[in-house]
Amino acid sequence: MRKVYLDNNATTPLHPEVRETMIEFLNENFGNPSSIHWAGREAKKALEDAREKVAKLINAEPSEIVFTGSGTEANNMAIKGIVFQNLERKGHIITSSVEHPSVLNTCKYLQKKGFEVTYLPVDSYGMLDPEDLKKSIKKNTILISIMMVNNEIGNIYPVRELASIAKENNIPFHCDAVQALGKIEVDVKELQVDLLSISAHKVYAPKGVGALYIRKGLKIEPLITGGHQEKNRRGGTENMIGIVGFGKACEIAKREMKEVAERVKRLRDKLEKGIMERIPDVKLNGHPEKRVPTTLNVSFLYVEGESILLNLDMEGIAASSGSACTSGTLEPSHVLTAMGIPHEIAHGSVRFSLGRDTTEEDIDYVLEVLPPIIQRLRSYSPLYNKAKREK
Amino acid sequence: MYSEKVLEHFKNPRNVGVIEDADGIGEAGNPRCGDMMTIYIKVKDDVIEDIKFQTFGCAAAIATSSMMTELVKGKKIEEALKISKKDIADALGGLPPIKMHCSLLAEDALRKAIEDYLKKKNK
Repeated sequence: MRKVYLDNNATTPLHPEVRETMIEFLNENFGNPSSIHWAGREAKKALEDAREKVAKLINAEPSEIVFTGSGTEANNMAIKGIVFQNLERKGHIITSSVEHPSVLNTCKYLQKKGFEVTYLPVDSYGMLDPEDLKKSIKKNTILISIMMVNNEIGNIYPVRELASIAKENNIPFHCDAVQALGKIEVDVKELQVDLLSISAHKVYAPKGVGALYIRKGLKIEPLITGGHQEKNRRGGTENMIGIVGFGKACEIAKREMKEVAERVKRLRDKLEKGIMERIPDVKLNGHPEKRVPTTLNVSFLYVEGESILLNLDMEGIAASSGSACTSGTLEPSHVLTAMGIPHEIAHGSVRFSLGRDTTEEDIDYVLEVLPPIIQRLRSYSPLYNKAKREK
Repeated sequence: MYSEKVLEHFKNPRNVGVIEDADGIGEAGNPRCGDMMTIYIKVKDDVIEDIKFQTFGCAAAIATSSMMTELVKGKKIEEALKISKKDIADALGGLPPIKMHCSLLAEDALRKAIEDYLKKKNK
């Protein structure tokens, strides 16, 4: 059976060069980078090489990069690291209603602990209005955390503009850039952010590594206390093999990003156009232009997402959905509901996320397989039946 | 995550459709919650002669609808009323815990169709 992987926002396959680099490293280097002897020094060198490559991709200084165990940990470290500096003063945090759960649930946790949180709304395209941020700032606002690219719909948020509002008000600004890295330019100096989270496995490197950019001079509380690793900012012996892979992937991304983005955008647009032409009653979720080139999120009216995914999976196609049935809760995607999309339409959403390995043949195959699946599921659907009668 | 039987009924659901001159119609669920089912029955001499369903929902919702219609077809009304959500789930080789409410939906929709039939009959 043909296998087509269109879930690159969930995770990406290893880049062949990353795999090579990791195998080479595994064969030769085992030391603890904290040790002073030759084995330690070799590991330390590999660690600092990787740090430099990661820093370079986002235009940071190597000393501003702290490696973590995931993007989720980086988000936790940024948010808790700021607000835990003053536990007596339970300040106010501003975030958006469409953040990744690692930001959203961290904020909800802090709310339970007595902090005040504002969740900025989005419009029907899933876009944020910087005016809303201005209006939400209070005297006791201690942190603003807003993502750069939305994982579900691919929207790109005006981080530079949002961060400059934070700067004018002397409030630290954190940006979750996990879904932006490697897809669009991420330049911490241009964006003027104070903290920025990234993750390795979204850029063709292994799972289990992330990083947090902490602007020079900004103090934050460590999330994991322990040894003096990462300049006392994150205890625990470094995940060397993952970090080395992450470094290589960042080096490659710097080189390949533009070419991949152009190629993938053409394929994504072909997929979008092809679906709209072949299948009636489909709704695009997200902003038609202000969107990364890899992501397409659409709702197929009158059918439910999990049943679409399972049918696609039977044909070898991997995608994802904002349906409640795939999330393990009874609520559909918080992103789609924040956009005001009715629940029954949110349940029918499917996210196709393309990557550097996606081919023209993959897209042709999806366009061949998908229309009969939707048609068949609609023939089972009482909602479709009703809509047809009303027409 | 799903049993072979669930996947088989999901791929090839039995008795999908509408009975235009149905003796009873039952509806359960809500599209807002991601699943909704409509059941049509044709009854003769207290026996469910024909049954059809339409379901908006996940694989479990479609498979439980399909299995329920198979269990009920040709049965007497009183026997059909004895079929529980557990019977439906068991016949499918079990359901993941989070999907158990789908089998309740099938039981519910069937009961409502039978109620509808009895109400019309006693008029």
